[in-house]
Amino acid sequence: MTTLPPALADWFATKGWTLHPHQLDMLARAADPATLLIAPTGGGKTLAGFLPTLAELGPNPAPGLHTLYVSPLKALTADIRRNLGRPIEGAALKIRVEDRTGDTTHTQRRRQRADPPHILLTTPESLALLLSYEDAPRIFAGLQRIIVDEIHALAESRRGDQLVLQIARLQSLNPQLRRIGLSATVENPPALARFLAPETTILAADPGPDPDISMLDTEAPPPWSGGGGRYAIPAILNEVTRHKTTLIFHNTRAQAELFFHDLWLANTEDLPIGIHHGSLSREQRERVEQAMTAGALRAVVCTGSLDLGLDWGDVDLVIQVGAPKNVKRLVQRIGRANHRYNAPSKALLVPANRFEVVECQAALDAVRAHTLDGEPRGPGPRDVLCQHILATACAGPFDAEALYAEVTTAGPYAALTRPEFDACLDFTATGGYALKAYDRWQRLKQTHGRWHLRDPRAAALIRQNLGTIIDIETLKVRLRGHGAPLGEVEESFAATLTPGDTFLIGGQIVRYEGLREMTVEVSRSPGRDPRVAVFNGTKFATSTLLADRILAIFQQPSWPELPAHTAQWLSLQREVSRLPDPHSLLLESFPHDGREHLAVYGFAGRNAQQTLGLLVTKQMESQGLAPLGFVATDYATLIWGLDPVTDPAPLFDLATLRDGLDTWLSGNAVMKRTFRNTAIIAGLIERAHQGRRKSGRQATFSSDILYDTLRKYDPDHLLLQITRDEALRGLIDFSRIEALLARVGPNITLVRRPRVTPLAAPLFFEPGRIPVQGEGRERLASAQAQALMEAAGLA
Amino acid sequence: MPRAPRQGITQPMHHALFFHGETLHLMPSGALFWPARKTLAVSDLHFGKSERLARRGGSLLPPYETQATLEKLDRDLEYTRADSVICLGDSFDDLAALDGMEESARLWLARLMAGKDWTWITGNHDPGPIEIGGTHRADLKVYPFTFRHIAQAGEKAEISGHYHPKARLAGQTKPCFLADANRLVMPAYGVYTGGLRAHDAALTALMARDALAILTGPRVLAMPMPR
Repeated sequence: MTTLPPALADWFATKGWTLHPHQLDMLARAADPATLLIAPTGGGKTLAGFLPTLAELGPNPAPGLHTLYVSPLKALTADIRRNLGRPIEGAALKIRVEDRTGDTTHTQRRRQRADPPHILLTTPESLALLLSYEDAPRIFAGLQRIIVDEIHALAESRRGDQLVLQIARLQSLNPQLRRIGLSATVENPPALARFLAPETTILAADPGPDPDISMLDTEAPPPWSGGGGRYAIPAILNEVTRHKTTLIFHNTRAQAELFFHDLWLANTEDLPIGIHHGSLSREQRERVEQAMTAGALRAVVCTGSLDLGLDWGDVDLVIQVGAPKNVKRLVQRIGRANHRYNAPSKALLVPANRFEVVECQAALDAVRAHTLDGEPRGPGPRDVLCQHILATACAGPFDAEALYAEVTTAGPYAALTRPEFDACLDFTATGGYALKAYDRWQRLKQTHGRWHLRDPRAAALIRQNLGTIIDIETLKVRLRGHGAPLGEVEESFAATLTPGDTFLIGGQIVRYEGLREMTVEVSRSPGRDPRVAVFNGTKFATSTLLADRILAIFQQPSWPELPAHTAQWLSLQREVSRLPDPHSLLLESFPHDGREHLAVYGFAGRNAQQTLGLLVTKQMESQGLAPLGFVATDYATLIWGLDPVTDPAPLFDLATLRDGLDTWLSGNAVMKRTFRNTAIIAGLIERAHQGRRKSGRQATFSSDILYDTLRKYDPDHLLLQITRDEALRGLIDFSRIEALLARVGPNITLVRRPRVTPLAAPLFFEPGRIPVQGEGRERLASAQAQALMEAAGLA
Repeated sequence: MPRAPRQGITQPMHHALFFHGETLHLMPSGALFWPARKTLAVSDLHFGKSERLARRGGSLLPPYETQATLEKLDRDLEYTRADSVICLGDSFDDLAALDGMEESARLWLARLMAGKDWTWITGNHDPGPIEIGGTHRADLKVYPFTFRHIAQAGEKAEISGHYHPKARLAGQTKPCFLADANRLVMPAYGVYTGGLRAHDAALTALMARDALAILTGPRVLAMPMPR
């Protein structure tokens, strides 16, 4: 068994710290090739991960990188550096710990490459960059251990797929490398263990007591629609005054901003309250983190940027504003409160609207019943592999055989076939086109059996585009003639605006006037039917587990456990129309604002509801019902068009839906969006950089054109295959539609009402509206052009 | 005997623009047809764009844009039966673009050019005359019009390209023609061409306040130029 350096053991003793059993276990397993530690937040999980390294390095370590720590969050690396510094300095160990993220200065990075610290704390993206340098073998020479923190969070996304490919690379450079995975919330430990390494032992610590969790009681009921939970500010402030430190979680940055603004206005006692999210500058985030660590803040309004890991021992209350969508994420957030081991975490849920009251109740029930949701991910995406091949070529020439062998040691790519690998290699080298290759201008060439960049200068461009996170570009919104911005909207939303359109931002309705130097200019508008601007953010679909629980709640004869306002709302819906149930598919049809609407209550999660929108509008188009667009939520799809639906059964025929899926898939907006992401990750198109967008003449063209060109001339191209796979398993989620239609059988109920129903009303405020390009839109465009010409006196 | 353009229900609908006493057909594809002279004008074909990017070590874009652009041009020539063709500049992305052109594409282009009065106007991308048929010119005057690549201040009855204008209507952005009393700016015809929003300062300064934007697409629609 590896033992602690005496100085460190003494320091623990003087602090009165005793190691937890699982921390001792980690020391005992220091030599194991791979260990997955599952321990509750506050259980000293991170220290447990580092103990073997501290023990091996000892008081006077030789120079060189010994341990690499990878976390999904920049904030986490800074926090770990501080926390690790205390025992290292306390015990006077000569161990250098540094972090390296997108925020690290250029000078610091260069020095780190020349003279790496003993322990380097980083993110998957920064690691990808490091590994792409020619001197990667020297930087990582002698690396003994890699620690992956919050591994469950990484394993859910392409970032994790990229990371395990990098670990495979590191293992080739250092066969002695050992791996540690750390996590608090794991629904399927063996699957996560396989993700980390083929032979991983699982170490599960005592999970600790159940959390103390409930829904926040408020005087005012939540609004009918929308997010943000600002109605609950008085009750939330009251809770903040009654606790030492409160974390107030929001699901999106925009909501956090708006909430913070209003909270501050209501904060008559001047309680020190901060805000933390990924769109803030590094200085701002660091200031909040330091104030938090120093215990100077009573509350922090935050988003997913604080979901994970930060060890703030003083937090004694977590408030979740808005429905959690996913029980696992909720449990993770609850764990942020009370980092003392074996003390229950305290949490309050604040539904943002009435629908979310029901979802919050369902989530409370699920947490109490210890059920976690989570659907298994498929094999590792090949666009990530393409990027990995390009990055590998940046570091130096490689042998295809060896790289294939290396890649298949990574869990998500274990089943990758050689032809699949070769197709990815061919794509990166020649573009992989069927009809014509870039014979003379290949990106990668083979010389003496090894692959390398044809033009070494291309490495800089490839490095700029590394990473699998696709940023959502946002634009500031300003009142024309006034200085202070009202907030931000997604660029894709701004692009749909034409002067005169109205939308809601910062709680007020504004009129779009124009775009000026990357700022959306607006004026105040008394309009009553705004379009709504909100961040799309990361869209988690409500899990099947939660959706089923919500449907079950709807079936109750009454709802004594729900607040009266929500119980009344559900009663009203039951009276006016009916409530969805697990055994049938409820549809509501009604006119509103000059358009016909169809609400489809499938409860299949946001992605499947979106697919249903695509498939059903396509059917409507062929029936001449002139659909104009739709929007999907986790519970329902709302479709609007020019003509009403009267006979719904043919629209929901599974055989027809499935038959046409491929054709329908190819032309739609979701596929184009998926293609764009895939094309960026695989290196076909470059990321849009702020600076470049500013240069007047727009040299880039939309990825939609490339998508259409490939579909026409090269329909079997690798990127189209990847796009189809990704869309089917992610954004399309057709399996949940199949499950839905299997569940309801022939029971499809259409209720026709003269106006919007209580259940449908919230759908009108959803962001992410998807237009349907068809006859309806052509009819509208003609009318609109005519009106504009008439207004200009030109008709 | 000259034949009128064939116009059936399945044929695309053009927008008829009355400009300096002449009727011009602004076509869904972004081409301009002048029936009285049986002349087709297209601008900014940018043949060989994907290859130029590849040569410079960048992305390997789907190398089909030359073929796609030729297909469009073939269809428009077939439909309009034009005798004369004017390419308004930036037809080739650079000097090497013609060398890089596939033999089949060269033959295709040669077939389209055969028997037609074909003018290549030089744009800022074009290297100057290249080894392909047709006439090469800096600009072309065909009464009452002047065809050139970049619009010039103070000109009248001028038809130009260069800016790749596009505009948004009812939630969709499309390449567009811009027209006022004095000039007509054409959209880019090449498939891999970006665009410049019509409300960009370069275009609002160029065009008169009452200018129209005529959007390409299945239906050619005119609207006041966005500002």
